[in-house]
Amino acid sequence: MSSAPGIVAIVLVTLTTLAIGAWGLRFSRTTSDFFVASRSVNPRLNATAIGGEYLSAASFLGVAGLVLTFGADMLWYPIGWTAGYLVLLVLVAAPLRRSGAYTLPDFAEARLGSRAVRAVCSVLVVGIGWLYLLPQFQGAGLTLRSAVGAPVWLGPLIVGLVVLMNVTAGGMRSITFVQAFQYWLKLTALLLPLMVLLVVWAGEGAPGSRVVGEVASGWSVPLADGGGQGLYLTYSLIVATFLGTMGLPHVVVRFYTNPDGRAARRTTLVVLALLGAFYLLPTAYGALGRVYAPELAESGRSDVLVLELPRLIVPGPLGEVLTGLVTAGAFAAFLSTSSGLAIAVSGVLTQDVTGRAYGERRLGGVTAFRLAAVVAVLVPVLVALAIPNVGVARAVGLAFAVAASTFCPLLLLGIWWSRLTDVGAIAGLVVGGLGSGTAVAWTLAPYSASGWAGVLLEQPAAWSVPLAVATMVGVSLLTPGRVPAHTRRVMVRLHTPEAVELDRG
Amino acid sequence: MTERVRVTGPPRRRTTVRSRARDIDADTRLGGIYLRSLLREQLRLAAQVLAVLVVSVASWPLLFHLWPGLADVAVGGVPVAWLLLGVLVYPLLLVLGWWYVRRAERVERDFAELMQEVDR
Repeated sequence: MSSAPGIVAIVLVTLTTLAIGAWGLRFSRTTSDFFVASRSVNPRLNATAIGGEYLSAASFLGVAGLVLTFGADMLWYPIGWTAGYLVLLVLVAAPLRRSGAYTLPDFAEARLGSRAVRAVCSVLVVGIGWLYLLPQFQGAGLTLRSAVGAPVWLGPLIVGLVVLMNVTAGGMRSITFVQAFQYWLKLTALLLPLMVLLVVWAGEGAPGSRVVGEVASGWSVPLADGGGQGLYLTYSLIVATFLGTMGLPHVVVRFYTNPDGRAARRTTLVVLALLGAFYLLPTAYGALGRVYAPELAESGRSDVLVLELPRLIVPGPLGEVLTGLVTAGAFAAFLSTSSGLAIAVSGVLTQDVTGRAYGERRLGGVTAFRLAAVVAVLVPVLVALAIPNVGVARAVGLAFAVAASTFCPLLLLGIWWSRLTDVGAIAGLVVGGLGSGTAVAWTLAPYSASGWAGVLLEQPAAWSVPLAVATMVGVSLLTPGRVPAHTRRVMVRLHTPEAVELDRG
Repeated sequence: MTERVRVTGPPRRRTTVRSRARDIDADTRLGGIYLRSLLREQLRLAAQVLAVLVVSVASWPLLFHLWPGLADVAVGGVPVAWLLLGVLVYPLLLVLGWWYVRRAERVERDFAELMQEVDR
């Protein structure tokens, strides 16, 4: 196994990323550029950047591996990650943009007029962001080891450094270009090798097409094993992914970069198209893997399926080139997702920690942002180095469950229900956060429960989301005196089109 | 698509002119009704899309749970589960989103026109 194509690919992706970041730097001048690219990104560029940012290691490597190992029920992951944008489109996109806030805590504070809600939201953004960053850095380590045989600590270090350089140098403005580029890189890196592989597969008389069709019936059930428990697991996954997308900090922060609410909707629609096109590909890799590399599933190395399939099907130099291409795509996936998360987490840290005045001293906007970015990247890199094996796909799935149990109720009720109060919001966030957080801690801990208890903790969303919503509604109804006086003004701002001249507070 | 433009001239006679947007700003009962009807319209639209999503996509696990035989059904050699979950679901999501965006923009256009109308 030669490691040359892998090394060339990783060096090229890294250099291109830094170069585009530096080029985008020419446009970054103000603090607003750093946070939201001065809100002037057009829908198509913005949607490509969202796609580039969103398609993480879990999408690029994880889905194909999961499909290879477990079969059709794993297709709910990419479906949920795409359908999440449809839910976001119809319930959140335009009002969120019209709220005019920079970050999720900003939205909460503007809507409810409470510093306490803001503080809870900030803690949650940083928590979800770090939970999502951790598997990216770990995945980078595993990929580098698989592709070029590097020690497992090198990946987190390289990805962390590149992300930090890009983020601290240019903020949101330059990252937008970097991520748009990385969407196309990821799509090409899966599409081109897949076309070659399919030609080879068809040339060999399409081996295995009958196997997929007839023998593997268990593999074709879009449902987890275990009767009622399997049904629960599948539906809980659907709830977590359909509703969790809107609460992911790096997704939400992108909506503030749209010029207006209408553009926010159109951006989301383009994102749906881009994600749908991309997610056709990992499924095909999983099915081809079933024919050519079933041993990867048996040996528990299914995560490297996408990286190794080209070499297995097409030996020789062409296979090496294709391997280099998919390695480049995988590396782009780590870089773009961690950049987006780093931006979101540092945005919140800037506003609530590094940008605050301490006594007489107060850092300037851009300096505070750079300091926050260092903290935002350093913490998960250190954790990834300290505990190199948490389970890539699991941690991402849990981040979705936590987001669905906390920010999803806050956004939905905040946007559509005028009787929400600050006390109700905090109660719901705490209940949802603690509920799903307990499940996270339990799953990441070394011991495991069995039976229904284990199943409920493995996929908490189906009970923690309704619980959080009920708490938020119930406590708000119990504290009607605390409905903010400016609620109606905020509702006008969230829902009326910008073309109508109105007092938006 | 060309933007629809309302062509108006200055009023020939001086009348007491009151824009409906002012009702919303002044928080009159009428303003409250305008705002509520906008919210209700948008929420109804969202509910329609989500209902289609639940019936057409989220029902599949239940269907396969109740009728396990569905897993063996194949169309052109491809199991129906793979066809639905691997391919067809994505165009469906896109069409739903496209339909929603068109309708939501129309609701907003109507609202903007209503606000520009002037009661005398």
